[in-house]
Amino acid sequence: MNRTKKLWQRANTTLGRSGMLAGGFLLVVLLAAVLAPLVAPADPNQSSLLDSYAGPSGAHLLGADGIGRDLLSRLIFGARTSLLGPALVVGVSLLLGIPLALLASWYGGWVDGVIARVFDLVYALPGLLLAVLTVALFGPGLTPAVVALSIAYIPFLARIVRAAARQQRVSPYVDALAVQGFGVLRITVRHILRNIVPVVVGQAAIAFGYALLDLASLSYLGLAVQAPTPDWGVMVSDSDALLKGYWLQVLAPGVLIVLTVLALTVVGARISGEKPPGYLRRRRPAGAALKDRAENDRTPVGAAA
Amino acid sequence: MTAPLLELAGLTVDITTEDGGTRTLLDGIDLSLAPGEALGLVGESGSGKSMTMRAVTRLLPRGAAVSGAVRYDGAEVLAMDAGALRRYRDREVGLVFQDPRAHVNPTRRIGAFLIEALVRNRGVGKREALARAAAVLAEVGIDDPQRRLRQYPHEVSGGMLQRVMIASVLLAEPRLILADEPTTALDVTIQREVVGILDRLRRERGMGMVFITHDLDLALAVCGRVAVMYAGRIVELRSADTLHERAAHPYTLGLLGSRPSIDERAQRLTAIPGRPVSAFESGPGCAFAPRCGFATAQCETTPPALAEFDDGLVRCSRVEEIHAARTEATA
Repeated sequence: MNRTKKLWQRANTTLGRSGMLAGGFLLVVLLAAVLAPLVAPADPNQSSLLDSYAGPSGAHLLGADGIGRDLLSRLIFGARTSLLGPALVVGVSLLLGIPLALLASWYGGWVDGVIARVFDLVYALPGLLLAVLTVALFGPGLTPAVVALSIAYIPFLARIVRAAARQQRVSPYVDALAVQGFGVLRITVRHILRNIVPVVVGQAAIAFGYALLDLASLSYLGLAVQAPTPDWGVMVSDSDALLKGYWLQVLAPGVLIVLTVLALTVVGARISGEKPPGYLRRRRPAGAALKDRAENDRTPVGAAA
Repeated sequence: MTAPLLELAGLTVDITTEDGGTRTLLDGIDLSLAPGEALGLVGESGSGKSMTMRAVTRLLPRGAAVSGAVRYDGAEVLAMDAGALRRYRDREVGLVFQDPRAHVNPTRRIGAFLIEALVRNRGVGKREALARAAAVLAEVGIDDPQRRLRQYPHEVSGGMLQRVMIASVLLAEPRLILADEPTTALDVTIQREVVGILDRLRRERGMGMVFITHDLDLALAVCGRVAVMYAGRIVELRSADTLHERAAHPYTLGLLGSRPSIDERAQRLTAIPGRPVSAFESGPGCAFAPRCGFATAQCETTPPALAEFDDGLVRCSRVEEIHAARTEATA
């Protein structure tokens, strides 16, 4: 009990009010995705022509689509593919990007130069374009899209990791570890990487949001997730429904995409130590301003020398 | 004489600057340290004390070119491969840094910091390592070691953290300690304590120590021999017993003269005029000549050699004359 309370307090101080709200929303989405078969009121692929374009009712809380599939159930199951894709993209990018970034920051010199320039080069390629190209070569599907985006996202993550790791690299404690007889691997992974975890996690959360958006775009174009698998991106692309005036079909998944990306961005920014902008902060009595300033001057752990 | 534990021969460090020029930071350092001996390295900022220590552990900045020899127990440190270097750093030398706060990973507990080397490099069990760490903390005069092990570096004072640093060095049981201004960041009372601990443990365990400081008196108190450095060179190397009374180099005399004295009241302290120069800033002659009260035209052009004088070595071409004049004055 005490432990949960402590954890809650810690999350509260790190995330702030907006961050907690965003985090709560993400938790709900995640739980819905994981427990989809339990929480979804109906089979997402069960069509029933009698219910075609049924409005919200007791039987279908959000109504049903053109072939009578329950919209809410499709949204809940859609969360699975919609979250799995970006998770894979971010995971693979981190797996490839972090070692490269650590290598560059540790050795510096020409090693750093080559790796950093390669990052710049990949960064210059639009991720979506790369994905479209891959799909053109290997055919549509989630796998080629994820592979292409993973590569495109490496610089987005690794550049931040490299910068943060470089800052740690020149800290005296790194020299001290070296003269204690520790090797490169030990120092970079167990000390440097550990100390920049907030930066990495924050950036990963933001990348997750972008990847979700990119995959949804690709699915919208029919290049990634294929019908009838439920996916938010695919659902947004249901132009039939829109033309026939059933805007909820398109709006609901669209709103979910926007909210999820927004929530990820907020949580990511809070974790990496960014303070909420002024208009999100509660108005406080004048005396609190001093305390506030002291708080702002605090450097996040990841940036500490 | 026994074989030296550490021997520096003609150690020279040049560094290439960003504009492509070369700057000499250390210029032909010759030193030797017997097992169990304590040697003081004294000088102003930029005189090359820390650079000497960094060269001994091969912890040099990028672009530094080292020549000469650093021999530890007969092995050439500068030629060691990565594995040998790690063993040497892990087992043979221990470094005590000037600012413990900056040299400890701030996000890890003191216990984790202390046992990491034992567990990773020596294969000591975690429980056993923690017990040893607690024992050593008690030895450096820290109360309630069990509690300290669980604290983070920011939770303890600077003096305490420096003792933790010393404890971490002792845990590795090295034969050589390099202490780089270990007390400069501490206030005077804590300074005395820390130096006392370092000195006592060094004697008890028979470790060799190079004690780097800008405080000549402190060096004289803990070391058997003292080397005075100026502008990347050694200018005087003497036994601590005789340096006080019979200092010969004008720079050492200046350092001794600039201390406050207990006996004489309210006198203005004598300062050495000018500011210290680095090795690369000095002209062709004696680096100290521009600030030296005894300098002649010849001093400006001809560099003096480190020559035997009295019971040590002195780098000054006029040492005989200065000495004669001083003895006459006091007689």
